[in-house]
Amino acid sequence: MSTATIDVHEVPTGSRVNYLNAQYGVKSWLLTTDHKRIALLYLASITLMFFVGGFFAVLMRLHLIEPQGALVQPETYNKLFTMHGVIMVFFFLVPSIPATLGNFLVPMMIGARDLAFPKLNLLSWYIYVIGAIFTLYAVISGGVDTGWTFYTPYSSSFSHTSVVPTALGVFITGFSSILTGLNFVVTIHKMRAPGLTWFRLPLFIWAIYATSIIFILGTPVIAITLFLLFLERVLHIGIFDPAIGGDPILFQHLFWFYSHPAVYIMILPGMGVMSELITCFSRKRIFGYSFVAFSSLAIAIISFLVWGHHMFVTGQSIYAGLIFSVLSFMVAIPSAVKVFNWTATLYKGSISYDAPMLYALGFIGLFTMGGLTGLFLASLATDVHLNGTYFIVAHFHYIMVGGAVMAYLGGIHFWWPKITGRLYPDGWARFAALVIFVGFNLTFFPQFMLGYLGMPRRYAVYPSEFQVLNVMSSAGASILGIGYLIPLIYLIWSMRYGPTAGPNPWGAKGLEWTTPSPPPTENFEEIPVVTEEAYDYAHSTVIRG
Amino acid sequence: MRGLLQFGSVFFSLAIQAPQLRPEAASSIAEGVDHLYFVLTFITLFFTIAIFSTIFVFMVKYRRRADNEIPVETEENLPLELAWTILPTLICAGLFLWASSLYFENSRPPSASTEIFVIGKQWMWHIQHPEGLREINELHVPVGVPVELTMTSEDVIHDFYIPAFRVKKDVVPGRYTSLWFQATKVGTYHLFCAQYCGADHAEMLGWVYVMSPADYETWLSSGTPSQTMVQIGEKTFNKLGCASCHVSEGSGRGPSLVGLYGKEEELKTGEKRLVDEAFIRQAILNPNSVALKNYPPIMPTFRGQVDEEQVLQLMAYVKSLGSEERDSNGK
Ligand code: HEC
Ligand code: HEM
Ligand SMILES: [Cu+2]
Ligand SMILES: [Cu+2]
Repeated sequence: MSTATIDVHEVPTGSRVNYLNAQYGVKSWLLTTDHKRIALLYLASITLMFFVGGFFAVLMRLHLIEPQGALVQPETYNKLFTMHGVIMVFFFLVPSIPATLGNFLVPMMIGARDLAFPKLNLLSWYIYVIGAIFTLYAVISGGVDTGWTFYTPYSSSFSHTSVVPTALGVFITGFSSILTGLNFVVTIHKMRAPGLTWFRLPLFIWAIYATSIIFILGTPVIAITLFLLFLERVLHIGIFDPAIGGDPILFQHLFWFYSHPAVYIMILPGMGVMSELITCFSRKRIFGYSFVAFSSLAIAIISFLVWGHHMFVTGQSIYAGLIFSVLSFMVAIPSAVKVFNWTATLYKGSISYDAPMLYALGFIGLFTMGGLTGLFLASLATDVHLNGTYFIVAHFHYIMVGGAVMAYLGGIHFWWPKITGRLYPDGWARFAALVIFVGFNLTFFPQFMLGYLGMPRRYAVYPSEFQVLNVMSSAGASILGIGYLIPLIYLIWSMRYGPTAGPNPWGAKGLEWTTPSPPPTENFEEIPVVTEEAYDYAHSTVIRG
Repeated sequence: MRGLLQFGSVFFSLAIQAPQLRPEAASSIAEGVDHLYFVLTFITLFFTIAIFSTIFVFMVKYRRRADNEIPVETEENLPLELAWTILPTLICAGLFLWASSLYFENSRPPSASTEIFVIGKQWMWHIQHPEGLREINELHVPVGVPVELTMTSEDVIHDFYIPAFRVKKDVVPGRYTSLWFQATKVGTYHLFCAQYCGADHAEMLGWVYVMSPADYETWLSSGTPSQTMVQIGEKTFNKLGCASCHVSEGSGRGPSLVGLYGKEEELKTGEKRLVDEAFIRQAILNPNSVALKNYPPIMPTFRGQVDEEQVLQLMAYVKSLGSEERDSNGK
């Protein structure tokens, strides 16, 4: 981005000092304040959580092969989906892209040496870990069975499981999100390299910026909500349970006031990654830069106003329903604009099919499906039928797994050479992308049909007429599970045995690619000066290497 | 390996019984909801296919031919951007109007509906007919007659869901929610709980029996309800000593309840409230919260002494004492 050609004095990894080999030993990692190392600490922790959550999902799908349940007691099934949901949402997906790729890339993309508050950044990770330990403790101490939504009065007065440790775990990690968001906002405002104006920023930065705002504004609300839940459960102060004078629906308002924006915490960074991948692998400036940038902000803002669409069937007034419905339709529009712009970016491009691009294309397909099926739920008349059924499960997995996780994996594959200085086997990576795409659709498409046919979610047993579709879904889940294991294996393998990567193996634009791979601890020898727009592929010769 | 084969053969034998694609449609609103559903499905498929084929064409046509290839820049195109911002906006606006007007219609019961009461309780459905009949996990209704359910929960939130009718509503403790439908086809349909409510949520199931009017009448009379809801309510009213304060001439320590339902009451706080079901429930379980202007707050709370079912029976009785708009129980 800073110069027309990308030219780096090529020094083989190993002989050069970089952030990975600058220091050795466990202590050098646990006490590091280097944003790149902290990104890797997060990467390791959320990967662990992903596979724990994934393990629960696989057990659930196995269980559901038989209508009367093949594996566990209903009580156990209820714990499985709860712990799966809690872990996947709060401990994997919310931190996924921001805390790993965001941490690694924000300073590098804006030409800074670190985040604004490096120690705070490390503290965020420790807070995350403490939260995760509480939640894992809850798992070991017998599990929780409230659903990740903790609806009252079930969670506050009726459940006999470890609600408090779990809620405490979620409460604690919330602070990690808030601090990370704060760090990003300050960094993006204050530490951009000379010449890097707002409209020259990579769209990934815009997306992280929008996400950070939601972190800061939304997360305190879930913290308060869980605190109130704690007060009621432990001290029996009547807040939500009508038997002691509370209002159970109040909880849902508070919960969704955070958790709907949280859905966008999960998808916005993925959209940012998409903009980077699509431009790089078609060598084009993003089509409609400002439309894409502002749609992120529009989404962030509107997302705070639609929480009531989770509550259409709670008995909320018809008029409230109408307002939440119209606002929900409004979020669909900026999302559609993004999809159109990504597609248009490909037009007359120079498109290559490296593995990250396959994940990106997979994202467009699955996110489009996920977004469009959201219209069924924003439409009041159909939502009444579909709410609380497997249609919902399918819809949010298309967005959160088909969309966000696909983008996350695409991003990991894209920046892996930069992060580790190694290349992974491209053939395997493309193969895995394909397996995941197929497995995903086989798992979750039948669930749309199940939902329309009327199968409620969170059912440990079900009427036998739903079996065919459930078996299909479970078969898909086993393919999907394998699809997720393949990258785990070859990425770990590549850290040691992969061929060394040059500074810019994809011929990508962006300041992070002007540094050696892996970058030195201080990122840039000299702070770069930016003189051109983002993704200015047209005015440069691409040097891959 | 054998397990795999077994799995394969089970799967195959299941798959050839081609899975059903559309749930049974057995209520007056089901067709309308399904039309919207089909149009939404069409839009989804249309855009997914359109975007996929565009991407596919681009991928083939503009695939990278040389490693150092640099494509020319595409001009920004404001009209195009506006077009694809406005087009989805119009589609969304159309969908919103359609879906909302349908919802509006679907949410309002016709005025002359049969009223039935539902109480959700971990993990079963108690149904109470005004005629006095009570059922558990079964709901018998006549075909072609609008039925309105008034629902509440004894413990946690449940959700009353009849897929074949395309209706669903949460059943919330501490308040009444309502739901109505008009069955159009005689038959037996699933009743599900669609809000997670604890251990046996998945077994909080029931059946809805839609019967011809004649069959329904026979069923009603064969159940030999000894007493109607109003009669049971009256008995409770006397047993709990309500009658000692609430005397119909208004000479007791409490106000007369004759003509109460549908009236507007002025509270101590100065607030004016319409006496509806929620109000009466509150008066019984938490009288202080609706203390009246001209009376001393001496009514004891009956929370813990009566369950939701008895509250409904008391309410039926109070309503039967006459109301402003409709006389006893709308009949
Ligand atoms: C000790 C006398 C007393 C008893 C017993 C009593 N009530 Fe009341 N009730 C009152 C008074 C006084 C009021 C006026 C409201 C207030 O100030 O609480 C009242 C108000 C009400 C109201 C609201 C009336 C209005 O005009 O708004 C209802 C309904 C009611 N009672 C029902 C019952 C029922 C049902 C029972 C028996 C389960 C019962 N009451 C037992 C004294 C009593
Ligand atoms: C990052 C990835 C994922 C996220 C964020 C995620 C999120 C969720 C959430 C929030 C729930 C709801 C839990 C609840 O009802 O309390 C859920 C349920 C479920 N998920 Fe996932 N999930 C992910 C991956 C997967 C995968 C890969 C599978 C399949 C193998 C899967 C299968 C299921 C199943 C079977 C349920 C239970 C549905 C029900 O009974 O309602 N999930 N998931
Ligand atoms: Cu939402
Ligand atoms: Cu339930």
